[in-house]
Amino acid sequence: MSGMIYEIRDLRLSFPDMAHKPVFGAAPQIEVLKGLSFDVPKGEVLGIVGGSGSGKSTLGRAMIRLLEPDSGTIRFEGTDITHADEPALRPLRRRFQMIFQDPMSSLNPRRRVGGIIAGPLRLQGVQDTSAKVLEALDMVGLPRSFAARYPHELSGGQRQRVGIARAIALRPDFILADEIVSGLDVSSQAQVLNLLEELVRELGLTLAFISHDLSVIRRLCSRIIVMYRGEIVENAPTAQVFDAPQADYTRELLQAIPLPDPDQIWA
Amino acid sequence: MSFLEVENLTLRIARGPRILRAVSLGVDQGEVRGLVGESGAGKSMIGKAILGTLPRAIQVVSGRISLDGTDLQTLPARERRRRIGAQVALIPQDPLTALNPVRRVGPQITNRLVDILGWDRSRAEARARELLDEVHIPDPDRVMRSYPHELSGGMRQRILIASAFAAEPKLIIADEPTTALDVTVQKQILRLIKEMQDRHNTALLFVTHDLGVVSKICQSLTVLYAGKVIEDTDTRSFFAAPGHPYSQALLHATPKYTDPEDSLTPVPQHVIDAVEAEVTDFDKGLGA
Amino acid sequence: MRDARSRVRRPIGLRLWLSGGWITLLIIGAVLAPLIAPHDPLYQDLFAGRMPPVWVDGADPNFLLGTDSLGRDVLSRILYGARLALTVALVAGTLTCLIGATLGLIAGYYRGWVDMVISRLVDIWMAFPPVLFAILLIAVLGTGLTSIIIAIVVIDWTRFARVVRAEAMTQGTMDYVASAQVVGRTKAGTMFAEILPNVLPTIVALLTLEMGIAVIVEAILSFVNLSISTDAPTWGGMIAEGRTSVHQAWWVLVFPLITLFLTVLSFSQLGEGLKDYFDPVLR
Ligand SMILES: Nc1ncnc2c1ncn2[C@@H]1O[C@H](COP(=O)(O)OP(=O)(O)O)[C@@H](O)[C@H]1O
Ligand SMILES: Nc1ncnc2c1ncn2[C@@H]1O[C@H](COP(=O)(O)OP(=O)(O)O)[C@@H](O)[C@H]1O
Ligand SMILES: [Mg+2]
Ligand SMILES: [Mg+2]
Repeated sequence: MSGMIYEIRDLRLSFPDMAHKPVFGAAPQIEVLKGLSFDVPKGEVLGIVGGSGSGKSTLGRAMIRLLEPDSGTIRFEGTDITHADEPALRPLRRRFQMIFQDPMSSLNPRRRVGGIIAGPLRLQGVQDTSAKVLEALDMVGLPRSFAARYPHELSGGQRQRVGIARAIALRPDFILADEIVSGLDVSSQAQVLNLLEELVRELGLTLAFISHDLSVIRRLCSRIIVMYRGEIVENAPTAQVFDAPQADYTRELLQAIPLPDPDQIWA
Repeated sequence: MSFLEVENLTLRIARGPRILRAVSLGVDQGEVRGLVGESGAGKSMIGKAILGTLPRAIQVVSGRISLDGTDLQTLPARERRRRIGAQVALIPQDPLTALNPVRRVGPQITNRLVDILGWDRSRAEARARELLDEVHIPDPDRVMRSYPHELSGGMRQRILIASAFAAEPKLIIADEPTTALDVTVQKQILRLIKEMQDRHNTALLFVTHDLGVVSKICQSLTVLYAGKVIEDTDTRSFFAAPGHPYSQALLHATPKYTDPEDSLTPVPQHVIDAVEAEVTDFDKGLGA
Repeated sequence: MRDARSRVRRPIGLRLWLSGGWITLLIIGAVLAPLIAPHDPLYQDLFAGRMPPVWVDGADPNFLLGTDSLGRDVLSRILYGARLALTVALVAGTLTCLIGATLGLIAGYYRGWVDMVISRLVDIWMAFPPVLFAILLIAVLGTGLTSIIIAIVVIDWTRFARVVRAEAMTQGTMDYVASAQVVGRTKAGTMFAEILPNVLPTIVALLTLEMGIAVIVEAILSFVNLSISTDAPTWGGMIAEGRTSVHQAWWVLVFPLITLFLTVLSFSQLGEGLKDYFDPVLR
């Protein structure tokens, strides 16, 4: 087996279309992922970009098996997990983690930060959770006293750090980050991206970073997948995507980004 | 004398902290002014103060807002409401919640004309059709009969733009109108707003947290931090060299894929400390 | 960025103090009724009939709230009536809650066919007019404490099931549920550890509301004499009796009425207050 964390072949996934469900009988299916194939080598930071509704989150959630694909295969470190059931997935779960877009809805509002970070550790039977929790807080640059706070007592950027701390506490091999800076101010965006850059370097993580915004991922990602309506229209090293995009849609995306420069030709 | 004049506007949460600190800004007829700042800086509150829709918990401590030279405070409440309704319109951020989901789109545009300007229904409907055409919506009749959820986000935002311009307002407040949209749709919508604003020679106060967007459609901008005006300048000189260290830092924090090394730099702590000190000094000066 | 986020623990509001205080007082009174009630609630003294409360002229200081037409002490009867009212509230409320909330939680979180079966059942159930349902049940089961409780549970579990299902469904779409799954929590574990704590305030509010409803239902049934044996003091029975002599002895009607009103009000206010108090998210 080569150094691939993920090998994905002809991945297809569809949802029932409730808006067009007949009164009797099953709802028609809408295909959201239309046969995707790609590999993720160990240590890579993969950017997944595309417009809203293009299927980025669905792809991410299928990769960590929050969703079950209709067909195709997903191999995680050589193991076929495409249709693995929950008991079979449980031992793998500590090895792939996810950071969510909306830190407010992904952090249980009734738990303190310490408990939120400790939850996964306890479930996976890790000893000495409180030391691990403090260590995780240190790594994401939050004061240790924050362990006693509730999520609503934090700012947006701080909440997102808690999400990151929870994901790295188990020392996973792979992390999926779904639009984790989209709701943040530019300065907090920058801080969170820098933090991720550091963690990737220090922990040797493999990271998939989903974003609808090409402009935030140039420095972080080594390779970029561009999605359009459930298909991969471009899969190339970062520099090539920015300097010599192949797909029309990639070009359109790039040209639509408003640079902070009044002289940019934006036609 | 600009069309919209906000002078020394100070707001506070009742028995709580200040939300705006002596904010002054003006927007001329035909001008697009950007209002920039991080979330919580008080951008939306300025818009709400102008529209007279401040939340109950917020108190006006001092300040003057005038439209076309008339101080709104001097008008009786009814007249003030009427005048704001006739001269000012809002393009909101979230195109989904701004339209009533259980009502068809058409009446939601025409109601404004009928209720506020007292037009008769057929004239209002003709005008609505004309406006949907102006915002490049194909088949306006079908769209007017649709419910909001049957339309895409970009389409809904076009409808909100159409209804903002419907009553020929003199001033439009756009509160982050493209934040919820994809970049490709954002580009179309920004172009559309600019085109409409040019054609109708409207004054436009454009609230955004994105300096990239500012550089595309604003002639001037006001930078806000913690409810205090940090910088008030024209767009060209701002992007050539921001006048305040905080604005400078904000510009360096803005993503810029053409120059990844000079972008996404967090605002340095010493800059935050300095601007926080300015805010504290301001509060001390007012004895609080 | 500075903001107004604060870390203060909210004080227990006046509402919570008053409603909680009244209920506590009532519970103490009911439990200790045999010790603190000044008279036997059933003891009739026809020579001491219709004595007014102590602060009215011609009162007997032995009867704080006066006596009824048969000379029974009103205060003592209210205290003993509280025993029945609170028993019904507690038992019926808790059973209703357990059954309804469990079904609602499972339906809302597991969805699929389980949800379909439970929701269909709730729909059919709710198609029956509740009052008719209650009278029918009592007719079949006969009068008595157990019948009242069964009637309340059978009729009202749907209220819990519906509300809790909706709440569990919303919570189920939140990312923190997905994130529990990411770390390998089981489905049932997620329901108990993540969803339940988030719907608990709603359940508590419904529960106390249900207790208030149970108190009213018990009062109504004893008012129309469908409750337990006619001798035992009940608030509903006292109100029924007091109504006939309201012009001669208003206190026989008014005191149990006030007690009933305050109790029902307190239960509903307690529910709302607890819900706010236990919600760590300041809204
Ligand atoms: N649970 C679901 N049920 C039905 N349709 C869904 C569901 N989740 C996503 N979809 C649909 O799948 C498409 C892709 O969604 P998503 O993967 O969330 O896109 P993205 O993350 O790129 O914005 C959208 O059209 C969306 O409406
Ligand atoms: N209804 C309200 N009651 C009290 N404070 C509020 C209310 N709405 C907003 N605020 C506060 O006012 C400040 C400015 O808010 P806002 O104008 O919405 O910021 P912006 O639009 O710049 O993100 C924030 O600190 C916010 O917490
Ligand atoms: Mg998504
Ligand atoms: Mg705002």
